[in-house]
Amino acid sequence: MSDFLDAFFDFDILRQARTLLLDGLLTTLLLSAIALPLGLSTGLALALLSRISPLAARLTGLFVDFFRSVPPLVLLILLFAGLPFAGLNLGPWTSVAICFLLNAGVYYCEVFRAGLDAVPTGQSDAARALGLRPTYIMALVLLPQAVRKVLPDLVSNSLEVVKLTSIAYVVAIPELLYRARQAQSTTYNATPIVAAVVIYFVLLWPVVRWLSHLENARLQQRQ
Amino acid sequence: MTGLNQFIFTFLNVKVMMDWAPKIAAGFAVTVELALLVVVAGLASGLALALLRLSGSRILVWPIVFLVDALRAIPPLLIIILLFFGLPSAGIELSGFMATFLALSAVLAAFAEEIFWASIRAVPTGQNEAARALGLGFLPIMFLVILPQAMRMAIPPLANRTIAITKGTAFASVVGLSEILGASQSAVAFSANPSPLILGAAAYVLLFAPVVAFARWLERRFARA
Repeated sequence: MSDFLDAFFDFDILRQARTLLLDGLLTTLLLSAIALPLGLSTGLALALLSRISPLAARLTGLFVDFFRSVPPLVLLILLFAGLPFAGLNLGPWTSVAICFLLNAGVYYCEVFRAGLDAVPTGQSDAARALGLRPTYIMALVLLPQAVRKVLPDLVSNSLEVVKLTSIAYVVAIPELLYRARQAQSTTYNATPIVAAVVIYFVLLWPVVRWLSHLENARLQQRQ
Repeated sequence: MTGLNQFIFTFLNVKVMMDWAPKIAAGFAVTVELALLVVVAGLASGLALALLRLSGSRILVWPIVFLVDALRAIPPLLIIILLFFGLPSAGIELSGFMATFLALSAVLAAFAEEIFWASIRAVPTGQNEAARALGLGFLPIMFLVILPQAMRMAIPPLANRTIAITKGTAFASVVGLSEILGASQSAVAFSANPSPLILGAAAYVLLFAPVVAFARWLERRFARA
């Protein structure tokens, strides 16, 4: 039992690894701060694009389905390790940014599109009758209602994006998982990995609870 | 060589692709096997957990909710790393395949439990009462009356979640499994040409595009109901 505790919950090791882990946590937060706005704005742009015409809807649909079929890690490796063969050396940060722009973008696009579709057409008719210009109709009338309708999905997607920033480990960006592995291999002890698990849990558990609450509220509303 | 030819020679090199196609095809089989096992184990244990939670006994509900929350909050790649690089400290050595299978099916089970549970609870209580009045027991009520109705609500989110999680099979390349991504990456290293990676990406699209289209169809079909 004490062997087990020493291998997974060693406080001396934790003290040694503390600086590395905190540094990793900050990098994870920074990655999230980059990935979330990129994904959200791409998703919104794609969703708006798909409303221009039936053809635009078809094309964005194909684009979305294509990038939903490629695992994010594969996309990242393609950008990071494939493009240099074409003389395009993006480096780890830009590769991760583009990966999330595309991957998170198409998922957010689906959410925004569903939200906008759920707003009754009477809303935009009424806004037009009041003489509002299309930009204002979208920004002031349709989007706020759409976002409220799909709030649980937006939160759920964002939670997935934050968790997914851990793939940056593979291209050696020193985020939480990377630092935990680094600390583990220098101390020959699994405590830093367990610590990373705990950090993620503490960080995201409130979001998971909130999400559960939102989802249940929506289900109840539907009945 | 012109620019386009150079591009084709680099990224769509037929000879390199042909050389490595068998390796990547073998990786494809590994990915499919892993994905199917994850889907079956994840959905089945998700349903089992949801039924246990519905039984309502506090000793069961509390740990299940905690476990599900934890698995929803922790990145799957981190769980795979924990199982693969951490467990050996406890004398348990898992293969890359096993670590990925356990991690992904646990994560899928957690998400599926939440979806099953919420959908079952959304079935009007009158259904349960009427079935009980007819003298049906718990299991017949569940499997013949409640679940068929709950499934209509559960299937679209379940399909999307299942796809998202099975795409995580690519994480197995990080723990040394030669699935599609792993096989493509070693082919790139050996041939000094990125074409195998393009082939690998194409293999993923071949595998997942029909599933994504099917999920979209399910969504539309059940949205009307």
